[in-house]
Amino acid sequence: MRSHRVRLTSLGAAAALAASLAAGCSSSNTTGGTAKPPILIGASLSLTGDFSADGQAYERGYELWEHDVNASGGILGRKVQLVILNDNSSPTQVDTNYTDLITIHHVALTFGPFSSLLTAPAAEVAHRYGFAFVEGAGGAPLVFSEKLPNVFDVSLPVANELNPLVDWIKSLPASQRPTTAAYPMADDPFATPQVQNAQGQLEPLGIKTVYSKIFPEEVPDYKPNADLVAATGAQMVVLGSTDVPTVSSFMQAFEQQHYNPKIFIAAAGPDQGGAFTSAVGVSNATGMMVPDAWYPGYANAASQAMVKEYVAKYGGSPSDVNADVAEAYSVGQVTAAAVKATGGTDGSKIISYLHSGVVLQSVQGPVQFNSLGENVKAIAFVFQWQDGKFVQVLPASAAGSVKIISPKPDWSS
Amino acid sequence: MGQQIYEAIADGILGGGVYALMAVGLTLIFGVLDIINIAQGILVVLGAYLSYALSVHLHIDLFVGLLITVPTMFVIGVAIQWLFIRPLRGRDRASMSLLAAYAVALIIEGALYRVFGPNFVVLKASYITSSVHLFGFYLSYIYLYGFVLAVACVAALYLLLYRTRFGRSVRATMQDQTAARLIGIDVNRVAAVTFGIGVAVTAIGGMMFGATSGGFNPNSGYDLISRLLAIIILGGLGSIGGALAAALFMTTAEALVDIWSPDWAVVVFYLALVLVLIIRPAGLFGRRGARAQ
Repeated sequence: MRSHRVRLTSLGAAAALAASLAAGCSSSNTTGGTAKPPILIGASLSLTGDFSADGQAYERGYELWEHDVNASGGILGRKVQLVILNDNSSPTQVDTNYTDLITIHHVALTFGPFSSLLTAPAAEVAHRYGFAFVEGAGGAPLVFSEKLPNVFDVSLPVANELNPLVDWIKSLPASQRPTTAAYPMADDPFATPQVQNAQGQLEPLGIKTVYSKIFPEEVPDYKPNADLVAATGAQMVVLGSTDVPTVSSFMQAFEQQHYNPKIFIAAAGPDQGGAFTSAVGVSNATGMMVPDAWYPGYANAASQAMVKEYVAKYGGSPSDVNADVAEAYSVGQVTAAAVKATGGTDGSKIISYLHSGVVLQSVQGPVQFNSLGENVKAIAFVFQWQDGKFVQVLPASAAGSVKIISPKPDWSS
Repeated sequence: MGQQIYEAIADGILGGGVYALMAVGLTLIFGVLDIINIAQGILVVLGAYLSYALSVHLHIDLFVGLLITVPTMFVIGVAIQWLFIRPLRGRDRASMSLLAAYAVALIIEGALYRVFGPNFVVLKASYITSSVHLFGFYLSYIYLYGFVLAVACVAALYLLLYRTRFGRSVRATMQDQTAARLIGIDVNRVAAVTFGIGVAVTAIGGMMFGATSGGFNPNSGYDLISRLLAIIILGGLGSIGGALAAALFMTTAEALVDIWSPDWAVVVFYLALVLVLIIRPAGLFGRRGARAQ
């Protein structure tokens, strides 16, 4: 349980604070008397803790954007400089970090952390100090339920992420639809709403729910839950997962039970690029699906350039670039556009501008915010692993979609 | 429903073997040194990473690799005891040892992040995903092997403690360090070797954890430590057999409750822990006052 854990928080925060203070001192020494000071941008990221894999991917996304924007002359003639603190995946620490970023580091702008769980408290801190809070990983209803005017999520609202799957099943002849479905869900604001939303839409189609249960997010052993799902023999599994180990555990247990659902989609995990295939194996990954709004093959010039730059800097292949990187990069792009348009870093002006209905461009595609700060231009897609390639399959009629593999091939390890 | 209950019991018993392998080292170290080694979680993860490195880079089978990881972890355990635990003296030794173990955990976690990065990795072998059909359901080989290993480890530790000269020294040290010194036992050596053995056994638990967890990264130890502490408290601090029994109880209770309500599974275990401690404050197999110095 999270509350029982030994935390690295204090030491981590102290170390990060010391390091960033040191960085701040050195930057002020080298800036010189005539050059304009950089625009300080603060972000709290989960560099350790439960979300460390995603948090470190976010860090890369932010840093890629920082490099690119500085290489092109900065914003309004000023370079940008990131100040990143480690929150150790703790909602309590993220609150402290943003307070420190604003009151001690005196950042001019803030970028969001990773996960809806951390974005919700972080947005409140930013709101308290009048900062616009552009973020890329806080798309859960939890984040928007507070109706904070300063929150702007550049990514897809998560509640609707599984709609392409539902629409595809609706389009199938009744004889080809799955007759039974299982909905195991991690207790997480990102995972649960989208799976429950899909369940609510699939049941009226006559797809019988044979398993629908929420399990604690940090269960070290998912096998008993997975075995119960396997025992139902459900033809479709919609897994409310948050990371690779959850999906990997269910896949492992299903294979042990000689159970192979015809359709297997997970809320998160298969979108983690090479981290997913290295965990489950390329052959077993084939047929696994995940909803998202971006993938490395996305036909967008800025996106392609970012992917190329990522591979050049960090190695690997385009399939290794996960959506976290694009989300983080998009946060930078949208913020930069708002700063340029408003002529400065004033929070109220940026908030008004982003609420004006303006359409901005990002590596994830167009961005336009509604009154809640949700990106209404984001389009939900479903992606699938096919023989080591991560491809877009739904909506079937969308540009870039390839033929879906259904039913899912049998386990082959 | 009956089939689900049988399967849950099987899952619980076999899964308990994995937890027992992770917990016996912790309870052994407490029994002799009177300290709570809160670095146990990260040591489990370190054991998993050692198996991972041998498997990926040298293509050594996970079980064969134990012939290397167990001695390696023994050396690491002895080194930790000499460098961080042994120098602690005085009335605050117990609380200072907690901080020392915490520091060890931070150092190991940082090193693992540096070497392996934050991405999750898994241990792979054909017996991890294969299973045998018994009693109407499938039992996975990796859990069966793990359970056998757990029973074997507990038996071996019992033999070591109760059938060897070294074991007598250990038990004498557990009962009264001062008296043990007076009869010529090198208490420092006993402490170092026992710490090493406790960490060495954790190498086996780490391999099993890595093979059954679906993925681990340097942070994974934090999810483990609270459960491992609960197991050794329920079993009785210092009781090796108690650790096995408590691990089996915990995982079986959770697997059974999972059938009806997964989010209550963990709660039920901790509720049972509280009830047991009210009735038997020393745990299932602990002896009240046995550690009084």
